[in-house]
Amino acid sequence: MLTKKVKTRINFLVIFVLLIVAIIFLVLKSLEDNVIYFFSPTEIYNKANISLEKKIRIGGLVKTNSIKKNNTIVTFIITDLKNEIVVSYNGMLPNLFAEQKGVVAEGKLKDKKYFIADKILAKHDENYMPSEVTKALENSKN
Amino acid sequence: MLKFLFPNKILSLSNKIINNLIILFILLLIVGLAYSLILSPPDYIQGDSVRIMYIHVPSSFLALGCFGLIGIASIFNLVFKIKFMSLLAKSLATIGCTFSLISIVTGAFWGKPTWGIWWVWDARLTSMFILFLFYIAYIFTWKIITNFEKANKASSIIAIIGLFNLPVIKYSVDWWNTLHQPSSITLTSAPTIHYTMLIPLIIMFLALVVYALVIFLMRYKIEVIKFKLNKKK
Repeated sequence: MLTKKVKTRINFLVIFVLLIVAIIFLVLKSLEDNVIYFFSPTEIYNKANISLEKKIRIGGLVKTNSIKKNNTIVTFIITDLKNEIVVSYNGMLPNLFAEQKGVVAEGKLKDKKYFIADKILAKHDENYMPSEVTKALENSKN
Repeated sequence: MLKFLFPNKILSLSNKIINNLIILFILLLIVGLAYSLILSPPDYIQGDSVRIMYIHVPSSFLALGCFGLIGIASIFNLVFKIKFMSLLAKSLATIGCTFSLISIVTGAFWGKPTWGIWWVWDARLTSMFILFLFYIAYIFTWKIITNFEKANKASSIIAIIGLFNLPVIKYSVDWWNTLHQPSSITLTSAPTIHYTMLIPLIIMFLALVVYALVIFLMRYKIEVIKFKLNKKK
């Protein structure tokens, strides 16, 4: 059934596919720092040479009881449950910003433990529930 | 099973089947919209903006699904020179393109109240935008190149290259840190969507799949007729 012509085309296609996969892999690998939307506190901690001038994004969970408001300036702690970074921010917070919820902050590092943000985004997780269910879950925990 | 897709068979596909599918689509849409807009509960943090998901998720799925089919049809078209595969792919393109645009726009409307921003260039959103560009490139190749054989070859190559973008879109949320959340429905574990929200999602999903099927059958029929007329000239 497979004529010689079809076989050559299949071989050509296989080589073509392998080449494209290799190209895409190399491009994504070399652009990794740009493909990653934000760094976790641990990734910042492990990074050897980090620029304090460049704008970066960090993300993780907002630590419980860490949000402190002083006029318009908010400070809170972003944690990935291993390492923590203190974030200070002056501006409007998104509605879904809350303790124990995901957050992404854009701005500059002052040092490895202190971050000055000029934009805060709330990150939503993959859980979708009606509020009655969350209440029931909390009640069963207590 | 797919014999009805052969060019000669599709022309004898009666309008009755298409009309019945349209009725099925309208019924599913009414039930789906009633469920997703009125009967289903608001989310515990997102509130009512969770309802955008009922159109966003099926649209995204169809955008990826259509391009997957276009890519596979293009492989058969280039390797085995099965002519009607290109007509199949061509008829799917505008459907998928529209759904990818719907996915991007509804995503932006959801992102503003949830994330606090309309659009970010994270891996998921960027790869979805690239899919949209591939659709545009594919459709325009057919429009610009008037010679059927040349357009057929060029568009098939574009579709096969675009095929590699699909796993990147699917797994972008697992491979890299993204602002977009990971999938709630996976094959390997239980869905993280409560069943009161899963039911409207499934109904809306079926409604849009039937809709895509109707538009596809209509467009494919037209493409076959156009192709046969051109041949006679």
